[in-house]
Amino acid sequence: MKSTNPLDPDHYHRVVDCQWGCPAHTDVPKYIRQIAQGDFTAAYLENRKSNVFPGVLGRVCDRPCEPACRRGRLDESPVAICRLKRVAADLSDDIRDKLPPKGPANGKRIACVGAGCASLTVANDLLPLGYDITIFEKHDKPGGLMRTNIPSFRLPEEVLDNEIDLIVERGVDLRLNSPIDSMQTLLDEGYDAVFVGTGAPRGKDLNLPGRHDTDRIHIGIDWLESVAFDHIDTIGENVLIIGVGNTAMDCCRSSLRLGGKNVSVIARKPRGWFKASDWELEDAEEENVDILINHSPKAFIVEDGVLKGMTFDKLHYDISDTGELSRPEVIEEIFLPCDDVILAIGQENSFPWIERDLGMSFDEWDTPTVDKVTHAAEIPGVFFGGDSAFGPKNIIWAVEHGHQAAISIHKHCSGEDVSDRPPTAMNLLSTKMGIHEWSYSNDFDDAERRQMQHVELTQRFKDIRIEVELGFDAEQTAREVERCLNCDVQTVFAESLCIECDACMDVCPVYCLTITEDAEEDVLRQQLRAPADNKEQVLYVSGALPQTGKVMVKDENLCIHCGLCAERCPTGAWDMRKSQLLVPYANDEAAEARKKTA
Amino acid sequence: MSFIAKPKITHPGLPRNEIGLTVRDYEGSMSTLCAGCGHDSVSSAIMQAYFELSIEPHRVAKVSGIGCSSKTPTYFLGGAHGFNSVHGRMPSIATGANAANRELQYIGVSGDGDSLSIGLGQFAHAIRRNVNMIYMLENNGVYGLTKGQFSASADKGSKAKKGAANAYSPIDPVLLAISLGCTFVARSFSGDKDQLVPLIKSAISHSGFALLDVISPCVTFNDHEGSTKSYAHTREHMRETVFADYIGAHEEILTRVEPGEARQVTMHDGSRVSFRHVDESYDPTDRIAAISYIEKHRAEGAVVTGLLYVEESSEDMHSTLGSAPQAMSDIPYQKLNPGADALKKIQSRWK
Repeated sequence: MKSTNPLDPDHYHRVVDCQWGCPAHTDVPKYIRQIAQGDFTAAYLENRKSNVFPGVLGRVCDRPCEPACRRGRLDESPVAICRLKRVAADLSDDIRDKLPPKGPANGKRIACVGAGCASLTVANDLLPLGYDITIFEKHDKPGGLMRTNIPSFRLPEEVLDNEIDLIVERGVDLRLNSPIDSMQTLLDEGYDAVFVGTGAPRGKDLNLPGRHDTDRIHIGIDWLESVAFDHIDTIGENVLIIGVGNTAMDCCRSSLRLGGKNVSVIARKPRGWFKASDWELEDAEEENVDILINHSPKAFIVEDGVLKGMTFDKLHYDISDTGELSRPEVIEEIFLPCDDVILAIGQENSFPWIERDLGMSFDEWDTPTVDKVTHAAEIPGVFFGGDSAFGPKNIIWAVEHGHQAAISIHKHCSGEDVSDRPPTAMNLLSTKMGIHEWSYSNDFDDAERRQMQHVELTQRFKDIRIEVELGFDAEQTAREVERCLNCDVQTVFAESLCIECDACMDVCPVYCLTITEDAEEDVLRQQLRAPADNKEQVLYVSGALPQTGKVMVKDENLCIHCGLCAERCPTGAWDMRKSQLLVPYANDEAAEARKKTA
Repeated sequence: MSFIAKPKITHPGLPRNEIGLTVRDYEGSMSTLCAGCGHDSVSSAIMQAYFELSIEPHRVAKVSGIGCSSKTPTYFLGGAHGFNSVHGRMPSIATGANAANRELQYIGVSGDGDSLSIGLGQFAHAIRRNVNMIYMLENNGVYGLTKGQFSASADKGSKAKKGAANAYSPIDPVLLAISLGCTFVARSFSGDKDQLVPLIKSAISHSGFALLDVISPCVTFNDHEGSTKSYAHTREHMRETVFADYIGAHEEILTRVEPGEARQVTMHDGSRVSFRHVDESYDPTDRIAAISYIEKHRAEGAVVTGLLYVEESSEDMHSTLGSAPQAMSDIPYQKLNPGADALKKIQSRWK
């Protein structure tokens, strides 16, 4: 097959599974090493560069990095990346003086609608460039869904406040209690660009008989918002949560803290088809929440204006050999008594404040037409990000949208083509320190994933503000950091030096190296020393080797980056080099400008 | 030498053999030889061969003398028995161990110094007795442990690292072994496992002394231009005469061996070795022809490799001596050592 071009930044980036899996491309191995060295402040700043809210995300991120983690393919549990992020955030020094200050005013004014993670990221990236940024927020506190939808027992308010302050206090004009009710009016104010980061603020309703005969049926995200702002502080003893996504998990666990005794989560489908993350399900079940599967809601039973319960169709599914669900079959009707019902069956976009004659088109879910790369709407100078751009996703996606939108806004305001994106680059730097010494911890640690300690069940329901997760202690942190395989320390091969002594192949503990005759990829994958069946993972294929004309093939799938191939190589054909992805940000330019004036 | 041990973690999809082991269960300690040493590659081929034959490591005994090569038994089959003897004396130890317990499989690892200088006499007599063992001669033409002086197998005119030419004619262990009546003689190269692994498997199944002379470059002292035992020189001058495919007793013959082209030799344990002739004129069972063929090619500077000579009906040391059919460790002590009275009785016969 075609030999690999290691100069393409994507090749080595793909090897760093966590970073490749992260929408914001956080350099995970780098910050884990910084934590291992006790440099929590550097680890925090490394995180902040890409994900802006390490303290928040270290608690509540959707963690796309963890299922991607190579360690999970080797011994079944990935590195606790998210937990380590929290360690960095909890132990970091004050970093206020390490952030770039607001740049000299460049005379451009930007309006951001909604003070959620996307808008705050835009502000964070554009401030150092000297933009004048105004954020309009309808609530009396900033944070958007991070504040309204994530209960404080998972995300303490002070953590959120601190990370928002780090942005706002550098000179953002944050206008609270300032809902925008007309896009036309906003556009008329003559901003140089408008960024919409209003989220997907409308919870889906369930229009079944009895829905409007009582006030004890709540929309999940609205209910969580009322709890967050202390508008609601009690709930009935018997609560049914409809839906089994992450919002449902937050609703059931919040209910337990507001007086709920028997809290059940109702799922339409069997386990395995739940939308909630595994760890959120585990935490809810630890708190004795019942999860009832295969129940389809039928009616709300209200007698004399009092909610008595709900009726459901109990369903039966057959699961095919390929793991697909059959059409459900109704077995029986079931009645479940309750005092309150919380609907957590999804949320959608809603833009009642955008006039429909401005030249923007919306699809059937009320999602606007937005360019996937530039985040530009159909009106020049208007950009969307976060859930408001492409429908509900999560915080880390919203942050990445913010970064991309910031680049677009800066280009737009500089009169450049927004579709001309700045390139991503890659640096490779040898980690060799001595004959068999490397500047990273190359020995494999077979420790199992450390388990998060929780506040005792008897204590945690006393106050909704008691954070359940205690964070990793020093011992847990010290072991967990060693579980990281340092996938960013790449095995870099120089075929012209290879004498085909086989030493690297022989010493590799996971059999990822093979010297073989070249062939097409499918054939090549079969003639390697260990099966290379994971096609998601790339092969490295060298050019022809000097002595026999064969090729060196590396299956990147399970490489543990121990460096033994490089240690056993007599000619230095293998080297362990740290790859650093150079992700472009809008404020790179400010960094360059600062260097020039320094 | 690496500071870390080879991690225990491995590829979850690694193949398992008939007794449920992976090739990693045939490993030993981490090698302390120079990075890129041919000997490490030979150790790896040995592990692969025992793995493929599903031999339990504890049914194997490893013996060696002194030298870089003689260190290597530590680096494979950690679960096997082992004895690291004095310089050049491995054949005696192997002969004694084999006499005492014929049920273990013996592999002796030696080098060109250990076998062809100090141990030449021992080497010759182990062949003469046809001890049932593999004799792995890791041949690099230099004394690596003492910084690269020429050994007895270095070719005349071959250059040392600093440029001095070797003045003496080499001892060729293959020719020596054939002339001494060795019943299994092969030559291979550490950098060609496709050839080496089937040869080791064939040697394991051979009943009698099996010599494997493996060109195994010394990456530190003998891998330069002017050396005749470097990786590059060996690859360039290697002439594969016969390709030997090992076929287990119960395996079907692989279809890639065309009938008529391949010739088969049945080994003692019912397994077969199928020869694919690279050179049609070569007959690995004709001793005289083999000698002249090897001599002729040596004069041309070619390194003839493959299974060069094999005697099908080989009679090993135990058959010649008519010794007990079982291991001595399995014979009751009373029978093995009948006591002073029995000894007196025997001695009285010669009075």
